[in-house]
Amino acid sequence: MCLAVPGKILAIEEAEGNRVGRVEFGGITRPVQLDFVPEAVVGDYVVTHVGFAISRVDPEEAERTFHILHEMGLLESEGLSPDHQSEGHDKAA
Amino acid sequence: MKYLDEYRDERIARALVADLHRCVTRPWVLMEICGGQTHTLMRYGIDELVPKEITLVHGPGCPVCVTPLEIIDKAIRIASQPEVIFVSYGDMLRVPGSESDLLRVKAAGGDVRVVYSPMEALKIARANPQRQVVFFGIGFETTAPANAMAVWQARREGLRNFSMLASHVLVPPAIRLLLRSPQNRVQGFIAPGHVCTVMGYREYEELAREFRVPFVVGGFEPIDLLEAISMLVAQLEEGRAEVENQYVRSVSQEGNLPAQAIMREVFEICDRKWRGVGLIPESGLRLRPDFAAYDAEKVFDVAACSAEEPAECISAQVLQGLRKPIDCPAFGRRCTPESPLGAPMVSAEGACAAYYLYRRLALVS
Ligand code: SF4
Repeated sequence: MCLAVPGKILAIEEAEGNRVGRVEFGGITRPVQLDFVPEAVVGDYVVTHVGFAISRVDPEEAERTFHILHEMGLLESEGLSPDHQSEGHDKAA
Repeated sequence: MKYLDEYRDERIARALVADLHRCVTRPWVLMEICGGQTHTLMRYGIDELVPKEITLVHGPGCPVCVTPLEIIDKAIRIASQPEVIFVSYGDMLRVPGSESDLLRVKAAGGDVRVVYSPMEALKIARANPQRQVVFFGIGFETTAPANAMAVWQARREGLRNFSMLASHVLVPPAIRLLLRSPQNRVQGFIAPGHVCTVMGYREYEELAREFRVPFVVGGFEPIDLLEAISMLVAQLEEGRAEVENQYVRSVSQEGNLPAQAIMREVFEICDRKWRGVGLIPESGLRLRPDFAAYDAEKVFDVAACSAEEPAECISAQVLQGLRKPIDCPAFGRRCTPESPLGAPMVSAEGACAAYYLYRRLALVS
């Protein structure tokens, strides 16, 4: 529940007065609120928890962490396992 | 050494383990606070790789596990009302209340929905103006800013059909309680990396000074945890009691200031009951009076009821690091992830579930 997953910011847009990034996690893209990382720009890697980026991290570290979390099966509870993609989180979130 | 070949950085892992074996001269009891870290420790067998002098006990750091029974019962009563769409993080659905759980409410026709972000709950509220949308806002300091932002945003938009059943908990007061207990046997702590990403680690510096106990802020990967354990043991062996940061790639001393600011604006500190532990003074967050219109406990008049844990469940002692899940007579027999008796068996980050997942074959025989 306190897990946070690193992903890469592909694009940033303003929505309802908030900065929202389109962030990629191992092939799955999700909207992520960037309110807490005002310094983040496209191409940055951010550690994300319940849809909010909480810190910026180094790209290599980020990739490595993502793979390990994947191997541990811990992405499921964050809705980032590939099986969840069909549930339409791209649309819903 | 079994397990080690599963490490991505097998060489580093080996070096860290060898280092630990060289460095340790006496028995030490260490606690990881965060449930995500418990999961990693079990998955990678770190408890079996470290020298036998080191005992790892598991802390209260799973917000799903410590959400009090009374709040689960309130959630169930709110979710059962026909005009309500009840929105929750998935982990909470199977947590047993005193008589039922949210999954059963859903099966009986209640509109209970799972989301991964509180912003999705807002979306549901916008799309269903004629229904009351209640979000179950639980979590530690990692989650509190996100939940705070949802409430803040709801007020800004003037959403009238959104409210939050908030039951947030804070880590440092729970550690203070543990350290004050005459039964405490923990000598060093791995501080939770993502909680500290948000909050920084000044509060842990106070604890280290007050109780002369070392802390190392740790990450979630197996290498992170091995390194954190190594740093803790080095401090203990040298008689130091400081706060060190192993998880520098995400954590700074002051933490995430914008996240702390929104948290302070929306929530205030309150006393909070922890499931299995009891009331801990100033250990929770509730919505400030300014946000009363978004407080589900005020919007829905669900009276407080007090509820009892099943007598068999020793989760209170498990969550304080006094006993291990396998010491519980129900473990793996009457209590399994499919039909959990207590909350630590529900979430993947609960200590009982982690033991069940990775150790039951070795243990229940
Ligand atoms: S195994 Fe089940 S009954 Fe025993 S302490 Fe853990 S949750 Fe409670």
